[in-house]
Amino acid sequence: MILRLACLVARRAGWLSRRLGRGGGTTVPGVVLLRLRPNAVAELGAQLKHGAILVSATNGKTTTTRLIVAAAEALGLRVVTNAEGSNLERGVATALLLGTGDGPADLAVLEVDEAALPAVTRALQPRALVLMNLFRDQLDRYGELDTLVDLWRDLLDDPTAVTESCTLVLNADDPNLADLGRSRSNVVWFGIDDASHALTERAHAADATRCRQCGHAISHDVVLLGHLGHWHCTNGDAQRPAPTVRATAIALAADGQAITVAIDDSPLTMRSGLAGLHNSYNLTSAVAATYALPGIHGHRAEAARAIAATPPAFGRGETVVVNGRTLNLLLAKNPTGVNQNIRTVLSGAEPVHVLALLNDRTADGKDVSWIWDVDWEPLNDRLASLTLSGERAWDLALRFRYGGFDMDKLAVEPEVPAALDRAIAATPAGETLHALPTYTAMLDLRAELTRRGLVDEYWSEP
Amino acid sequence: MTTPTVRLCHLYPDLMNIYADRGNIAVFQHRLAWRGVRLEVTEVSLGDALTGEHDLYYLGGGQDRDQDLVADDLQTKAAHLRSAADDGAAQLYVCGGIQLAGHSYVAANGDRLPGTGVLDLETTAGTSRLIGDLVIDAELEGESHRVVGYENHVGRTALGTGCRPLGTVVHGYGNDGASGAEGACRDRVIGTYLHGPLLPKNPWLADIVLRWALDHRYGDEAPALEPLDDHYESAARTVAEKRATLNR
Ligand SMILES: [Zn+2]
Repeated sequence: MILRLACLVARRAGWLSRRLGRGGGTTVPGVVLLRLRPNAVAELGAQLKHGAILVSATNGKTTTTRLIVAAAEALGLRVVTNAEGSNLERGVATALLLGTGDGPADLAVLEVDEAALPAVTRALQPRALVLMNLFRDQLDRYGELDTLVDLWRDLLDDPTAVTESCTLVLNADDPNLADLGRSRSNVVWFGIDDASHALTERAHAADATRCRQCGHAISHDVVLLGHLGHWHCTNGDAQRPAPTVRATAIALAADGQAITVAIDDSPLTMRSGLAGLHNSYNLTSAVAATYALPGIHGHRAEAARAIAATPPAFGRGETVVVNGRTLNLLLAKNPTGVNQNIRTVLSGAEPVHVLALLNDRTADGKDVSWIWDVDWEPLNDRLASLTLSGERAWDLALRFRYGGFDMDKLAVEPEVPAALDRAIAATPAGETLHALPTYTAMLDLRAELTRRGLVDEYWSEP
Repeated sequence: MTTPTVRLCHLYPDLMNIYADRGNIAVFQHRLAWRGVRLEVTEVSLGDALTGEHDLYYLGGGQDRDQDLVADDLQTKAAHLRSAADDGAAQLYVCGGIQLAGHSYVAANGDRLPGTGVLDLETTAGTSRLIGDLVIDAELEGESHRVVGYENHVGRTALGTGCRPLGTVVHGYGNDGASGAEGACRDRVIGTYLHGPLLPKNPWLADIVLRWALDHRYGDEAPALEPLDDHYESAARTVAEKRATLNR
């Protein structure tokens, strides 16, 4: 079937699926399109005036993609992007299909699932790849972290996928990514130089502990987040590359941050509503990615202003007022992400109220053992109430029981409505309740908030 | 009288820890502490000499690359581990641990990783990963109990005559996805693919291992392990079993 007709059929299928109330607006058109036209991603991508920028990472790809889109739009570019949660090839196909509906766009900025990155990169031959971090994630999906690093290495070594003109925007602070960029010339390194946010030790879930060149231990002078930081191989054959784009000063607050990013030593200070050091990485990587934007020359300040003005993405630091309490939604996907959420929760002064929700559906990861790798223990001193919910709420209860927590502060309510009621009741009016849900639990919680008329229905359309 | 103490040797905690092995150690520590027993942990990793007497040994699972490093290094510790097992020390091997406790592991490319030979078993890489909830009926000390967890392994493990399965598979794959056998045991040594981690949801099994360790140290003088209120554990086990039986 010719491309135009295939696009027409695929759009119609998406429309029908929505009309029938089956959802799937972000995947159905892509699935249909790829069935009719297996090469559609490459074909639609070829119509983009300036090509594509692909963003991949374990953590932060959704937020960083939004930031880069904002920067590109500030330069007057017409941008195609994909909705959160649809970052496999079919989601990319949907985004390109719907985004190029009214004629070709200038640029696609797409978040891509770590394992789907090779296929999407080969199809699109992007102008830039933004690779931010690799942490331990859903082990049942990917096998192991090393497998993923090897997959990405093969991809970067493939000149038909990653062409000479492709800019690699890489995190110097992640030893695995630094190794991927080793002895390549087209790299823009970014990193955080401000060592005042250093942790005293690597988190339990730290992953990149061995040098990929020689197998000796990786040592950190500064640990910033998980295994990200200022590192070197104890055998002396590898070290953190000096970043071109560096966050030199970061002041974190509960509701955002002030961050100074230096590019080739010219500093630029931004005030962002994104809280937490993980967002410092997202902001810095987005600034680094502007290197690859067409027409950036002379417009760096506008791009940075647009990045700074971008609000949090769905469930990533969004707040909702519930019965006079502020509900702070912090998506909990993997150990490093949750450790970072806990750091953000503890950055406030008050006693802490937490609602943690754990599901084990496919999108959450069916293996819930990752909750044991989270360092929950720092919450213990400040914890005033803890409510546990979701299908695997009792597994969470065991994590806290064997973490030495006071079980009298804890209640288990597997059903979301009851859990929300209990958590709200346990939080004094005027204070903040921090919700830490896994992905599908976030959707469940969101549905309950919608039912109570507190938020609009979440409509995951591009 | 001094506080009774169990001496735990945690093997390669820096490398073999990807399936929440820390949870198993926390269970040892707390279930002993609640009964007035102290857990003394010695961490032993690459290049460290394995010396002294321990009542309990633990080895978890790691990534392939780390497992290669560990397999080489384990050769320097294999004789100690075999004689400790013969001497009645408790040993628990989980995920990658069970493979390294056998005679060898044959990778997909034919490479042969040597094991310690503590358990009479052989593991060969299969062509697919065996992943999912795993429920077994485990038999230890003349009792049979339902034990739940999660498995994720590419290795297929075949037992020799020197050990028997830990239990039979109710849901999931187990040692090889075909025989219905899961895990391996001999004397006071247990190997299993169950993680999740293994022990928090299965306190019966945890207490058996701890009783073995106490018996190794104190013999007839070993303090008794009084029953605990395990209603959180029971609830979590019930949910895990239900999730495993759902056709998802
Ligand atoms: Zn090295």
